[in-house]
Amino acid sequence: MFGYYLNLAVRSFKRNKALTVLMVLAIALGIGASMTTLTVFHVLSGDPIPDKSDRLFYVQLDPETMQGYRPGEEPQNQMTRFDSEALLAQKRGLRQVITNGGNVVITPEKPGAAPEFTDARYASSDFFAMFDVPLKYGRGWTAAEDEGKARVAVLSKETNDKQFGGADSTGKTLRIDGNDFRIIGVLDAWRLVPRFYDLYNDQYDTTEGLFLPFSTSRDLKMGTQGSTNCWGDSGGDSRSLTAPCAWLQYWVELESPAKAADYRNYLVNYSDQQRKAGRYERPTNVRLRNVMELMEFNEVVPGDVRLQLWLAFGFLLVCLVNTVGLLLAKFLRRSGEIGVRRALGASRSEIFKQCLVEAGTVGVAGGLLGLVLALLGLWAVRQQPASYASLAHLDGSMLLSTFALAVLASLLAGVLPAWRAMQVAPAIQLKSQ
Amino acid sequence: MEFRPILSTLMRHKIAATLIVLEIALSCAIICNALFLIGERMDRMNMPSGIAETELVRIQAASMRQLSGDDALNTSITREYLDALRKVPGVKSAGIANQIPFGGSSNNSGVRLSDEQQHSTLNATVYLDEGNLLENMGLRLVSGRDFTADEYQDMAVLEKSGDQARIPGAIINRSMAEKMFPGQNPLGKVFYSWGESPTAVIGVIEDLARPNSVGQGPYAMIFALREYGPGLHYILRTEPGRRAEVLKAAVVALKKTDPNTLVVNNDTFDEIRAGFFEQDRSMAWMLVVVIAALMLVTALGIVGLASFWVQQRTKQIGVRRALGATRGQILRYFQVENFLLASAGIVLGMLMAYGINQLLMAKYELPRLPLFYLPIGAVALWLLGQVAVFWPARKAASVPPAIATRSV
Repeated sequence: MFGYYLNLAVRSFKRNKALTVLMVLAIALGIGASMTTLTVFHVLSGDPIPDKSDRLFYVQLDPETMQGYRPGEEPQNQMTRFDSEALLAQKRGLRQVITNGGNVVITPEKPGAAPEFTDARYASSDFFAMFDVPLKYGRGWTAAEDEGKARVAVLSKETNDKQFGGADSTGKTLRIDGNDFRIIGVLDAWRLVPRFYDLYNDQYDTTEGLFLPFSTSRDLKMGTQGSTNCWGDSGGDSRSLTAPCAWLQYWVELESPAKAADYRNYLVNYSDQQRKAGRYERPTNVRLRNVMELMEFNEVVPGDVRLQLWLAFGFLLVCLVNTVGLLLAKFLRRSGEIGVRRALGASRSEIFKQCLVEAGTVGVAGGLLGLVLALLGLWAVRQQPASYASLAHLDGSMLLSTFALAVLASLLAGVLPAWRAMQVAPAIQLKSQ
Repeated sequence: MEFRPILSTLMRHKIAATLIVLEIALSCAIICNALFLIGERMDRMNMPSGIAETELVRIQAASMRQLSGDDALNTSITREYLDALRKVPGVKSAGIANQIPFGGSSNNSGVRLSDEQQHSTLNATVYLDEGNLLENMGLRLVSGRDFTADEYQDMAVLEKSGDQARIPGAIINRSMAEKMFPGQNPLGKVFYSWGESPTAVIGVIEDLARPNSVGQGPYAMIFALREYGPGLHYILRTEPGRRAEVLKAAVVALKKTDPNTLVVNNDTFDEIRAGFFEQDRSMAWMLVVVIAALMLVTALGIVGLASFWVQQRTKQIGVRRALGATRGQILRYFQVENFLLASAGIVLGMLMAYGINQLLMAKYELPRLPLFYLPIGAVALWLLGQVAVFWPARKAASVPPAIATRSV
């Protein structure tokens, strides 16, 4: 019967072209808009490191003085250098990383080439292993090199392409902020979405061009980037070891999510000790969030994107109500035909099915057109200035969802009209003929 | 025109009528809020900066020599640069700034009214004036005075004094003055921000916008402090028509002074403002598109259902025509019917608009929807309904009376 109903549906489209086009258009617009925004949302809110997002934890302590203290408040969102280095030295996790952003000047080897700024990431040695950074050539630095403030650097693929034409540049020298650095590694193509390890620089920016040991960056007093919060006198240098300033990100990788409780206890102990030693004043207040918890807490997905998502679904709802109305008009217009079918023995449920098939067909057509509109919409998003714009692409799962959503939406829209259509009494219709 | 027969007909088509009302209501609710959001974005984009935007250009530059430089070197390079820039033809004045309105990164500080106060009264952004900030940026004093030559201090010297550091006087913007000292004369009043010593208000300027984070309130203050690090903004004041020319010549002049100059940014303030609010502009355009699409879909829905009704009632219309109803009366019947449906939708839609606004207020910290957006949305939908129903209504009016005698 399905084939027959499909045939009937197509015939009915031909008979009522204008009405059908209106319905397909309404569904397509609704689906196009909601899939565009849903895709952007999906890309931005996805798990950036699915294999270990539940084992990577962001550490926060509360090293402030009692001034401005309000019980129950969040601790500082970043770490002091003193605490970071202390925790790093104690090595209580599987891996641990201090990291921070910076901006440095590269002076190209080529004579006459102008020096240029590039974003840099300063990190301790576990960074590459912890965040699964793929290396094309060479290696990351070792803990010993980090401790020894070695002048070594790892380049991003883009920087290596630009400075060395994509060749294996390990062993070569690069002048960074006026100092010579030995290149020991080159990344393969790598981009985290979002760049969750540092939420205090542009989260959707591309990967930094350069990676340097954290200790070296401090040794050379290289410029940092991101927010800094100080609550006391830093003696003119907010980056010094003892400055009462929070400006670093500290990450720990644990063997399993279950180890988090132990690690939290360790942080509580550390905090208590610091207070006993007179460094901390506030009651112990630690946070240990995994990747997804951190992203959710910091509302990483931009507010505008959430707003657009709601708006698009509101729009889809209007389109659906519209489709319900039009389908109703369409089916009831055919009351005569339905009456005849009923009189010839078709059961109510058959009429219902026939109407739903017709509604579903509208949905498929609307879905196809909606897909085109979504592609168009995503293209429009990519033309926007936001740093996440270039990420807005439709993937396989979103493609399937588009169809599923379109068909589901149109079936849903078809239920009420189909219900009304099957109530048509055969006798009355025949009489009025 | 009698409403009763229209109403009783609608009552017989409850579902279809409800659907139209619902569609109009949803559209009305979304359109009112979207209009409001557009208004919000426009307000943001037109936010006053307080500076003479049309006369200013900015160059952000650093010398390679500064990268490992000490304070003395930074000072001498910055002075060299300023000297070179002042000689560029068309430059009326030149100065440096640690940050600029809508420039992005910023220096902020909590402000308290007394030394014992535990929690800051507000958070203000800190502009550092190296010598002629007010005049160079075109800031307008409302009351008080500018800094005198002997009030300027070196940041490097100040930093060494730690908590004992003193910032004796500051110029603040009017928003900050009104927030801290409501209804009083702010001149001579003191506040506590940097270090433990009080800072007195010596002057109040009309406006001065923050470099970013509009959410912290439009509070800004200026300290007379010279800080010459790398990456400063050089601000040049010129005539509006000469900005492009001055900018080009200034970059050349800097490179000539020091071939190792890295120019990070060089742009007019129009460009800086446009860049800063780009996201808001594209969001506003997106909302415009959504409103247009919603109105289109709603109109199509009205056309579709109205023409269905006309078709269904062809016989009834024919009978009315045969009994003496004029074309105008038939036309008006459908238009009044649409007006009634739209009105019901609009009333419901306004309640929903208010509800959505409550959600937005809670989730996105938006202000309350001003009431004047509601009539705008209402009038738009009434007009839309009338326009959309006109074509089916005209078709209805053209039904010949003779149809009453036909059997179908």
